Amino acid sequence: MKRDFTCIVCPKGCQIHAEFEGSEIINIEGHTCKRGVAYVTDELTCPKRTLTTTVATNSDIMVPVRTNAAVPKELLFDCMKEINKIVLDKSVKTGDIIIKDILGTGADVIATGDAEL
Amino acid sequence: MLKKDVVVIGGGPAGMAAAVAAYDAGCKDVLILERENALGGILKQCIHNGFGLHNFGEELTGPEYAKRYKDEVEKRNIPYMTDTTVLSIDENKNIVALNSEKGVVEIEAKSIILCMGCRERPRGALSISGTRPAGVFTAGAAQKFVNIKGYLPGREVVILGSGDIGLIMARRMTLEGAHVKAVCELMPYSGGLARNIEQCLNDFNIPLKLSHTVVKVHGEKRVTGVTIARVDEKRCPIKETEEFIPCDTLLLSVGLIPENELTTSAGIALDPITNGAFVDQNRETGTDGVFAAGNVLHVHDLADFASKEAETAGCAAAEYVKSGLEKTRDIKIKTDGKVRYTVPQRITADTDVKMYFRVSDVFKNVTFTVKDGEEVIFSKKAIGAAPGEMEEITLKKETVEKIKSGEITVGLEAK
Repeated sequence: MKRDFTCIVCPKGCQIHAEFEGSEIINIEGHTCKRGVAYVTDELTCPKRTLTTTVATNSDIMVPVRTNAAVPKELLFDCMKEINKIVLDKSVKTGDIIIKDILGTGADVIATGDAEL
Repeated sequence: MLKKDVVVIGGGPAGMAAAVAAYDAGCKDVLILERENALGGILKQCIHNGFGLHNFGEELTGPEYAKRYKDEVEKRNIPYMTDTTVLSIDENKNIVALNSEKGVVEIEAKSIILCMGCRERPRGALSISGTRPAGVFTAGAAQKFVNIKGYLPGREVVILGSGDIGLIMARRMTLEGAHVKAVCELMPYSGGLARNIEQCLNDFNIPLKLSHTVVKVHGEKRVTGVTIARVDEKRCPIKETEEFIPCDTLLLSVGLIPENELTTSAGIALDPITNGAFVDQNRETGTDGVFAAGNVLHVHDLADFASKEAETAGCAAAEYVKSGLEKTRDIKIKTDGKVRYTVPQRITADTDVKMYFRVSDVFKNVTFTVKDGEEVIFSKKAIGAAPGEMEEITLKKETVEKIKSGEITVGLEAK
């Protein structure tokens, strides 16, 4: 099998061309660093994305959050459902864990901004 | 009247970096003026990741990137005034600002760094016919509603323009439960990063319609739909290709305009292509001691680049205050048309000169050249170049010293 990939690891966005059998890469070109190979391997086995969104508070502000590791792409909407259940009522600082190990993915949802509540 | 050595107007990624750089270069009397209620600028609402790879070596979200710089500002006790809108600056570097508590504030500055950023092109700047219902937003305004205020501004969405903000908002609205029906792009290519087309559109099966535009908005009180059409090579809509898409929201991501009202009020000349000031390698404008950096100077692809450019301006402003900037050369930088613009537009000293530029079309297998008359004094090869990607070259001091004429030309040759 052959497939073209746009690497999303950095803003460079390398166009990678890969030949593979199952999830095994036979030939790969177009990447400019080894993270491109890891990206294609993930895309062939379990595509993952970092999720960034916001959580509500009992005040009129939202708190920006992200997962501290990429989560399986197919779980993005399920993660959104979990995150949207939360209404924060205590002050948080950048880096504070909002949800530990969301949906068993191993990734924590952490605050990316400070909020005084 | 307040007296300050360096006043930075705008507390976003450029302004904070400029202030920190000026301070570190030995000028301790720095003040940042910020219009909003907190430092950070547009980064506050850019909750997505992709920031900081160049300047911090890791991938951060906008608010995290802003916090890194804010921490640096606070570590140095650099004062900043928020809720402070600058009303005017003049050629003598007198600033009049309005603060919500202090009222009118007048400041006499030895040097000013302009870091006001840019704003979005609104519907009024486009020729879209139809009614004027609610539901037409710029992508950035929608981003503020969703990410700062927590409101979803629409459910069924069409986006015009495939710049990065439009792409990011396509994903953001989708994750929050909206249905993004299409992203239309007037040009035959997207102006956004390839990674954003992949992770913001392809991941969610959102169609990108290249060479398409919105020709009509429908609806009385609220948008009920838009008519889109394919465009020909001259970017004119083709009547037979018109298609009605029912929707309640139209987001516009159709370009950014540097916010230069203050700049022009001070009599500083603007480059009609960048819509920012003409500057030299120090990012000094046509008025001595007034510098500009970041998106107010020209629209950057990444916040990292805006901050880096601001560091150049910050260091130069500190030097200007301490000892003055030596101007030993007067070399104009021209372009060949295929290269659309460069920043800086002139060189005033024999030093390393980092140049940013954009090309006018999509090119493959290119060689960028810098010519002094007919002589090629610099060249660099690249796989490709596109208008959406800012290019960068550095002319070494030795090269600049050898420039004979008063004008060099930056251009490209493509196979």
